[in-house]
Amino acid sequence: MRLPVTAPTSRRHFLTAATGLVVAGLLPRHRAFGRPSEFYQGPLVGETKSPFAPNAYIRIAPSRVAGDSGITLILPNVEMGQGIYTGAVTLIAEELEVEPDQVNLEAAPPDDAYVAADMGTQATGGSTSTIFEWTTLRQAGAAARLMLVQAAAGQWGCPVSDCTTRQGQVFHTPSGRSIAYADLAADAAKLSPPKDIPLKTAKDWTLIGRSRHRLDSRAKVEGQPLFGIDIRVPDMKHATVAACPVMGGTVGGIDRDAALRTPGVHAVLMIDNAVCVVADHYWAAKKGLDALAVTWNEGTNASVDTQRIYRELHDGLSEPKPVVAKSTSDATAAMARAATRYEATYQQPLLAHSPMEPVNCAIHIRPDGADVWVGTQVPMWARDSVADIAGLPKNRVQLHCQYIGGGFGRRLEYEYVTQAAQFAKQVPYPLKIVWSREEDLTLDRFRPAYVDHVRAGLDARGRIESMEFRVIGPAVVARWEPAGLSPDGFDEDLAAAISITPYTWPASRLDYVRREAPGVVTAWWRGVGGTRGLFVVESFIDELALRAGADPVAYRRELIREQPRARVVLDLAAEKSGWGTPLPKGHGRGVAVQFLFGSYLGTVIEVDMTEPAQVRIVHVTVAVDCGQPVNPDQIRAQIEGGMIFGLGTALFNEITLSNGRVQEDNFNLWRIMRMNEAPPVDIHIVASTETPGGIGETGTAAAAPALANAIAAASGRRLRTLPLLPGLESA
Amino acid sequence: MLTVRINDTDYQTDVTPDTPLLWVLRDVLGLTGTKFGCGIAECGACTVHVDGKAVRACSLPVGLLNGRPVTTIEGIGSDPLGQAVQMAWMEIDVVQCGYCQPGQIMSAIALLRDNPHPTDADIDAAMSGNICRCGTYLRIRQAIHNAAGLIT
Repeated sequence: MRLPVTAPTSRRHFLTAATGLVVAGLLPRHRAFGRPSEFYQGPLVGETKSPFAPNAYIRIAPSRVAGDSGITLILPNVEMGQGIYTGAVTLIAEELEVEPDQVNLEAAPPDDAYVAADMGTQATGGSTSTIFEWTTLRQAGAAARLMLVQAAAGQWGCPVSDCTTRQGQVFHTPSGRSIAYADLAADAAKLSPPKDIPLKTAKDWTLIGRSRHRLDSRAKVEGQPLFGIDIRVPDMKHATVAACPVMGGTVGGIDRDAALRTPGVHAVLMIDNAVCVVADHYWAAKKGLDALAVTWNEGTNASVDTQRIYRELHDGLSEPKPVVAKSTSDATAAMARAATRYEATYQQPLLAHSPMEPVNCAIHIRPDGADVWVGTQVPMWARDSVADIAGLPKNRVQLHCQYIGGGFGRRLEYEYVTQAAQFAKQVPYPLKIVWSREEDLTLDRFRPAYVDHVRAGLDARGRIESMEFRVIGPAVVARWEPAGLSPDGFDEDLAAAISITPYTWPASRLDYVRREAPGVVTAWWRGVGGTRGLFVVESFIDELALRAGADPVAYRRELIREQPRARVVLDLAAEKSGWGTPLPKGHGRGVAVQFLFGSYLGTVIEVDMTEPAQVRIVHVTVAVDCGQPVNPDQIRAQIEGGMIFGLGTALFNEITLSNGRVQEDNFNLWRIMRMNEAPPVDIHIVASTETPGGIGETGTAAAAPALANAIAAASGRRLRTLPLLPGLESA
Repeated sequence: MLTVRINDTDYQTDVTPDTPLLWVLRDVLGLTGTKFGCGIAECGACTVHVDGKAVRACSLPVGLLNGRPVTTIEGIGSDPLGQAVQMAWMEIDVVQCGYCQPGQIMSAIALLRDNPHPTDADIDAAMSGNICRCGTYLRIRQAIHNAAGLIT
């Protein structure tokens, strides 16, 4: 492998860049990586008007330029670091019989064809992508291949059984002749898609199940313009915004003069709740914004503080009429007859997403149409919002999906696209709006704060007879997709780790008290209900184990005896971590086991607590059964990263409000785990042929409970409130 | 007009001298490989080299460069050490979202230039100013060791 020498920047480049004539879409087209939708501006050179497009994921041009296979794969889910472009290409290429580096890639446009049934819209989230793609994309590849073979057999006048395929060609076995797929495209396009689509069996796979390099590595290490924030289009101006720092507030008034006198500033725009300064570059826009005199009507949320949010959640503990979300018929009786009962209350904070790429949107609204270049996990909703604001039909809005510089749920929201459209429709030129980090953090849509109460009814020998769970907090789904709320008002996401669990509760009840947080908008965040619920359940199980004088691994093993896949990962994590072997003084190990997103994880964390009020994470061991691995190295990458994401959050992070304003406004106050704090993470993948589960959020979910349990083991201190570090410091 | 030397090429720009180098690179020159992360030198996403040293471009007014040469991620591939580090990154697939990685790579190259065979502690000390939200630190550390092994 040899890195190409980056083209030297020329004087001409500078001149053209300064006048806005350098357009990302006119850069050389990349193979197998790049910014798919940005590059696709109509058919490729040499691509005719009727390519072979047997489904929404594959397009093969009947003729093509030299060196190009003519094969384009359209990727249904957005790439935000989770490696899904590489995964999707693997699945299609396996069945289509092409090499991953042979194909051109495009991000799917907003289109009904890419709506996964259980998401309700075209969405990338909830660790569902591989689960969705596993069957869909393999069938897409296989169907196309069958049609290409049929076309070849037609040309050769031979039975299809004489034909084989590999590397984008059909081979005539008896004669050794071959035809490239592109040269069969015109004939294949005339055929009907097959009804019966047999898939390869595992023994014939050449791609699935093997660690493969990411297709986007080179572009990313070279700093190529991939992300929404990197977009440059002709005549584009740069802008930054300030919205009312109190959620729900509006602009009272502005004095534009000083801002407009700032060198490089072109315009000051206003909408109901925000202002926008347009300039030659971001810095001029920011200086203009700093100079802009704005008064805000802060509204009723101006008195909200964090204590009020927690108080309202804790009040829910005494709510007499909760929503009974799940209950076995004997739950009440079993709790009543218990010999002893044990209960605990847990509290979790508001959390920001804070991906490294601040929120941004490039947009051009014209009388007859609009273009939007943006990283979004919900492209149809984002496009529809622009159409609505611009007063355009949806088919006049072209949304170009960009690589996302970290999602974690932030871009399942599209309010920043709506805001950008509101500003952009006031100006004739393309606008790239970039939020400051302060805007990104304080006006994020936050993971809710929650209070949970758990009670166990135990028999005379200390065994669980019944479990009662109460969840108190917002129902994110009620805002995000109201149809997702159950008729009696329950958000099923909140059942994760409680009723979807490897544990078999003899009797159980889950009730819910909905308490929407004042002063903030709440949203999905990495691990969603699993991250939230697993901290509660795995902390509580640990408490029960310690109370019973039992070993936490042995105690769990008994409770999951009916779940062999869960037992395997628990036992493997215990074995690989040296569970039960002696530790230095002040060290401790904590364990968690989970079934979330269709995958099983066993996690053991070792901590060192010899320093007062401090915890050093010594080591993390994870055993995972996520079904059939597609790309083992990327499974490891997601668990490594997700674990570090979760550990930093569990230790440090809490969004607080004072006078309705979020206080943590940059990385000096919003602490992210850094390299010197990141522990080694050993990952052991269990061989499996089960249907793949999701993986991108599993490590994050495991982090807080395994860490809290390790702290309890090392120090005897049970911390039931996140984040953990303030709890240690308040000792 | 200010003259700035970026990746061995001189450019003239009429931005005000207080404009951070980051925005000259990204918005004026179109060199968008250097990333905006925080604007207060807390995250390292905007790391470039000035006179070969790692510097946070978001907090360096362009008027203070005084002719010192700047190297960005777009230019580092022509440097043998830069190539070695980029290759090490690719060989173990360090990147996830990739947004912070140009800054990580520029910090790593500056480290290896001063200290061709760093220990874990050396790496942690040099790299803890660079945030990766995806949590790729373990692979970054490994890639730096691997790159060090390529240096003769």
